[in-house]
Amino acid sequence: MNDFLRMIPSILMIVSPILIAAVGGMICERAGVVNIALEGLMGIGAFTAATTHVLLEPSLPFSIVVALLFATVAGMIFSLIHAFASITLKADQVVSGTGINLLSIGISVFLCQIMFKQERTEPFRLGMMPGPLGIYPTAWIALAVLLLSWYFLYRRPVGLHLRSCGEHPQAAASAGIDVKRLRYIAVLISGALAGLAGACLVLTQTIQYTVFTINGAGFIALAAVSFGRWLPKGILGSSLLFGSSVALAIYMVNIPSLRFLPSEFFSVLPYIITLATLVIFSGKDYAPRAAGQAFDKGRS
Amino acid sequence: MRSKREAGFQDRILDLFTSSDALVSVVVVLLGFAVGTVLLIMVGRNPGDMYSAITQVLSGYDLRSGVWNARYIGEWLVMSTPLILCGLSMAFAARTGLFNIGAEGQYIVGLTVAQFVALYGPQVAGLHWMLAVVLGMMAGAFWGGIVGALKAKYSVSEVVATIMLNYVAYFASRFLTQLIPGANTYRTPSFSQTARLESPFLMALTNGSRVNYGFYLAIVSVIVFWVIIEKTRLGFSLRATGLNKDAARFSGINVTGSIGGAMAISGAFAGLAGAIVALGSFSYGRVLGGYDNYGFNGIAVALVGNSTAGGTGIAGLLFGMLNSAQPLMQSRQIPKEITAIISGLVVVFISLRGGVRMLLEWRMKELARKGRVTE
Repeated sequence: MNDFLRMIPSILMIVSPILIAAVGGMICERAGVVNIALEGLMGIGAFTAATTHVLLEPSLPFSIVVALLFATVAGMIFSLIHAFASITLKADQVVSGTGINLLSIGISVFLCQIMFKQERTEPFRLGMMPGPLGIYPTAWIALAVLLLSWYFLYRRPVGLHLRSCGEHPQAAASAGIDVKRLRYIAVLISGALAGLAGACLVLTQTIQYTVFTINGAGFIALAAVSFGRWLPKGILGSSLLFGSSVALAIYMVNIPSLRFLPSEFFSVLPYIITLATLVIFSGKDYAPRAAGQAFDKGRS
Repeated sequence: MRSKREAGFQDRILDLFTSSDALVSVVVVLLGFAVGTVLLIMVGRNPGDMYSAITQVLSGYDLRSGVWNARYIGEWLVMSTPLILCGLSMAFAARTGLFNIGAEGQYIVGLTVAQFVALYGPQVAGLHWMLAVVLGMMAGAFWGGIVGALKAKYSVSEVVATIMLNYVAYFASRFLTQLIPGANTYRTPSFSQTARLESPFLMALTNGSRVNYGFYLAIVSVIVFWVIIEKTRLGFSLRATGLNKDAARFSGINVTGSIGGAMAISGAFAGLAGAIVALGSFSYGRVLGGYDNYGFNGIAVALVGNSTAGGTGIAGLLFGMLNSAQPLMQSRQIPKEITAIISGLVVVFISLRGGVRMLLEWRMKELARKGRVTE
């Protein structure tokens, strides 16, 4: 147990980016657009943050803040592709998401090769520093993002409108809601949050961006959205659970009582749990009803 | 008068784009290359180097030194084989209206099982590798079948299920392969020669490249795909399910069975790809350190190939060309990731294809409106 308590800061460090990305995924799907590009958008964010930080570190004391900001904007700009394809052109949302995932790895490492003459960014000297109790500021960022998303989704009219776009866009449109505009906003927010999540990940967990930096965190976030039943409190729980199992897979060598298990056991846990819950709760459909469908005014 | 003729010309182009999927694919690929070329110029590299690398892959001829070496052609075919097969996997599912992102996982399962058979199977010439290939295929079919069953029985989205199963396959493969006596964190002991897909004839033809029987299997698979989809009752019911599930059900087609069967066959193609890579390109079992990404690139292959047998085969050769040109580009100071950028762009552009259709609809609406006004 003591071992576990000592791991809490590390667990929170790993949970935070997953939670931030999952909030983005949740907002996007609640508006009716599936975003499997979270993984790729996190990669763009991580690359942007690492590059900004490396270049500004010697001259600017607040370069981490700038890095977080730039990563958020970069994620948002990239998600514009997904928004344009899936909302304006009514393309298959999975296809354009896949395209972004492929593109993300290509562009980030391509730019590394141009800027740093290697397949990764230069390492930065100092990443984000943990605050009191050894907890990284990213945990507070994640908490703020989660609370804000809850407030806007459930306590503001715009949240109600956004959710209606994901449940029954035609009804929403007939009530005077601009479905396309809200879906655009939702996709851009998810892109921004995924970019921010990637930045948080790279600035706390490593010292440079490589192809392996994100390593499935975006897909875990996607799983966290399903397992969390598209609810803020749900994805808080699922992100904590999945993040812990990722952390255990990494740090279990330090915990003698767990050493009899292979590390793959913890790595695979998020995916098995998600699959199992999808099967167990298959009768009740918690997913937003119109998620994944292009908005067609004429359809009933 | 003049504007009318212009409109007619534009209409004809739009008509062509909506009626011919193959043409759209060609344009999309050319666009991808065009953007890639511009990108290289923007960062101050010579795009000619990229094309000379591609020429060397296609013809074996090095434009810089004038040396000809058929090995490059062989390596191109080696690289294309799993891409064609993973493309067929994705395409087969797509024809049934399913989106199989799980080719990567099915590929890993096929690869892992083939490696186990290669290490522990009967070391009889001929039988050994055939057994490994068949069991690898069956493992892929099983892994795909799970997705089909989950979709058909519990209506679990195949997109989410396959993403999850990819990771399950990956970590299971790592865990199981490391259990093999003598395995370390990246490889197992070498397997017997009887398990290898080596083809002395093809090797001699291509100056000692790794090209192997796997390429024949890929060609056979393209034909089998075509026959199943176009010429059998099974293929007909699968396509009917893909086009309109309800109509298919009412005309007496077992939709649940179709979905399960389609995912199993789709998985078999990916499993075969895994077996071929395991037995053709390596002489030992690998403990995977990451995805090989053939499955994910297979999505692009199938999209460019419009999910037809021949189209997927050609698209597989195209992406295989890009992949195997990577090291040659890198040696010419072209960042090899330009190929990933081109693949990604191609997929993004394909998803924009809907735009052409919308433009056409809008134009028809406009014409109808104008027609009414003049009448």
